Amino acid sequence: MLEKALVGTKRYYTLLAVLAGIFALGFLFYLQQLKVGLGITGMGRDVSWGFYIAQFTYLVGVAASAVMVVLPYYLHNYKAFGRVTILGEFLAVAAVTMCVTFVLVDMGRPDRVMNVFKYPTPNSVMFWDIIVLNGYLLLNILIGWNVLECERHSVPPPKWVKFLSYVSIPWAVSIHTVTAFLYAGLPGRGYWLTAIMAPRFLSSAFAAGPSLLILLCLLVRKYTKFDPGREQIQSIAKIVTYATLINVFFFFCEVFTVFYSQIPDHMLHFKYLFAGLDGKARLVPFMWFSIVGMTVTAILLTNPKLRQNENTLAALCGMVILTTWIDKGLGLMTGGFVPNPMEKVTEYAPTIPEGIITLGVWALGFLVLTLLYKVAVSIKEEIRS
Amino acid sequence: MGIDRREFIRISGLAALLGLGGKGAFELLRPGQVEAALKPEAGALSGKRWAMVVNMQKMDEATAQKCINACNRVHNVPDFKNPNDPKNKLDPEIANRYEVKWIWTEHYHNAFVEDQTNLPDKVKQMAFLLLCNHCDNPPCVRVCPTKATFRRDDGIVNMDMHRCIGCRFCMAGCPFGARSFNWRDPRPYIKDTYPGYPTREIGVVEKCTFCAERLAQGLAPACAEASGGTLIFGDLNDEKSQVRRMLQKYFSIRRKVHLGTNPQVYYIV
Amino acid sequence: MDDKYKNEFGAFAPRPQVEKKFYDGKYILAGLIIFLAMVALPFLPNVGKTIPPPERQLDTPVIKKIAEKDRKCIMPTEWMRANHMQMLVDWRDNVVRSDEKGAPEVREFVSPDGRKFLASLTNTCLDCHSNKEKFCDQCHNYVAVVPNCFGCHLQEGKKLAEAK
Repeated sequence: MLEKALVGTKRYYTLLAVLAGIFALGFLFYLQQLKVGLGITGMGRDVSWGFYIAQFTYLVGVAASAVMVVLPYYLHNYKAFGRVTILGEFLAVAAVTMCVTFVLVDMGRPDRVMNVFKYPTPNSVMFWDIIVLNGYLLLNILIGWNVLECERHSVPPPKWVKFLSYVSIPWAVSIHTVTAFLYAGLPGRGYWLTAIMAPRFLSSAFAAGPSLLILLCLLVRKYTKFDPGREQIQSIAKIVTYATLINVFFFFCEVFTVFYSQIPDHMLHFKYLFAGLDGKARLVPFMWFSIVGMTVTAILLTNPKLRQNENTLAALCGMVILTTWIDKGLGLMTGGFVPNPMEKVTEYAPTIPEGIITLGVWALGFLVLTLLYKVAVSIKEEIRS
Repeated sequence: MGIDRREFIRISGLAALLGLGGKGAFELLRPGQVEAALKPEAGALSGKRWAMVVNMQKMDEATAQKCINACNRVHNVPDFKNPNDPKNKLDPEIANRYEVKWIWTEHYHNAFVEDQTNLPDKVKQMAFLLLCNHCDNPPCVRVCPTKATFRRDDGIVNMDMHRCIGCRFCMAGCPFGARSFNWRDPRPYIKDTYPGYPTREIGVVEKCTFCAERLAQGLAPACAEASGGTLIFGDLNDEKSQVRRMLQKYFSIRRKVHLGTNPQVYYIV
Repeated sequence: MDDKYKNEFGAFAPRPQVEKKFYDGKYILAGLIIFLAMVALPFLPNVGKTIPPPERQLDTPVIKKIAEKDRKCIMPTEWMRANHMQMLVDWRDNVVRSDEKGAPEVREFVSPDGRKFLASLTNTCLDCHSNKEKFCDQCHNYVAVVPNCFGCHLQEGKKLAEAK
């Protein structure tokens, strides 16, 4: 099957070359980071996790969202999704690849990464996160690849693949829950210390991931002979709608508890993000854009006409991706660290090398995604002809 | 995985049998010598629960600065604001980000953010010395994925910088801001390198260790020694210890008690 | 023979007629050259260089002061040569991680013949072997290992301490 990734049009090769080029550029900057230290990023003693971990968190959500096409197909026998499950699974593979790379890139001593397995520490959430993420990566590669191979030869997938598909459903929920637990169990970080962290993570994941999947389906239809199907896209759009609504609802639940209880170390973080603190307000416009944009998008998505028109649907999906990314990518990390435990405000902004390394990791992910989608789409085209 | 004493002996025995070790290895196999191979250093201070009392009644800024300097000197803590070589000069904002703090001062309202008790104005204007609280229930130990940070039986929360992977989970976990990361090579920013303690490499986290290395030699922590009795260090489990007597005699406060980490640095106000 | 041929799906089919020639030769050759170049890359910097085998240098002031017959390391030389790295790691763990869940505080090492030493690279090992460049680096360079002990531990530690 892999041979399908090796032949393609000129446009396909160009895309691969561009992605590989960005990745290589990011890698060069990463070598610099290895040499000089993480000081080349915008992080510091107060905001000690930044862009990398934010991307990681966001992408865990994208990965987990594959379950939104797998679950209806396997548990509810919703046959229409048979066409798109492979796209969801391969998206998950690419997303988890990025997650793992982001964690690696964020480590101060990547040469010691094996210490995590050498001295396994079950009381650390990080330990579990590494296990569930790698497990999920393996599950999706195994399931996706085998199902596709069987489809190609028109034979039903073996029983163990089906079993793994069932396993992958709770596993997908677990990866984002455990990732939320990284933050939600820390005393003294008021912004993160909330039981609704994991549900919020899941709702934003199930909004953003399927949105990205819709955009990818539209792209696949436009540029290949394989059509993921209108009904399929519309069903995913419904999922996006519900998830976005729930995500907005969860956000306001959070706001209520924080501001009605009036506990200062919970409120200060929201104040910093939405109004600024000590005259420092770098994230304020972003956060307002995010929450207002998300709310409006959620409301617009409930309108069937806008959803059924694939142009407006694409625009709305783009908005969901952007607003959840600001919320989880920019707000969550910096908001959790500002103000610091001494209630002092040190702002954070990524540096240029940090941005290029981040882009490099994204390019790696999209490289993996392009190769995998090329295989999947070529097989689907082959079956149809 | 390190080899333990038995393994150590076994390997050398094998080496001897293979004719590699010679006479020395045979001596090694003599019984009675084996278990005595490693012994604790004689005269080391040992206690059950180390704690620090900061006597704010005696504290002033000069004393605080003396404590900070003593600590920074004996632990080779870098000062990013003052490079040895002017070409390593950093932008002040970046120097702040890189800052490594083992012991430092904050104003009352920063040190005790949730505990704005109605204390005398004099106290509220004072600079409080802050350091790692060596919590009884330390979140940093809980979150560390490699046990690079661990709690010793005598209550010291120690760092194994050989094992740290630099994930900085502990920095997010610590509610006291007591942990610092090596964002860049600290050596160009250490004025007088102190020979008795290592420096650090990039990419690991560090913090106050209650001077575990000095306790092992029977010395008090550097800050306590330099404070002239303002910082009192001792065993909380020992009824006769000075820390115990001070805490019984005077009213003391601790940082963020409500979080349940049970900090072991007490402030007499 | 021909009628027994099975294709990849197990179906009988006529054996494919393929002309015998070297297909895609230029791609294969180009690929091979790139592959060989990548394999050779790590070796290129050392081509033509000869690194002399290390010679043990024991003529440091501290060692010279010791009478000839008493000049012995904490463990037999052969053993040290094979195991010093593991011994240092054990010392390190014993010292740094002492008192972790009841582990005893061990900073003292007793050699098989009863001599006592402080378990310390900079204070014990480098005391005698103060010629790190000759004693440590020479051999490490020869076998191309890069221990990072001295990224933190100060080789000049002992000298500085004596100067003060």
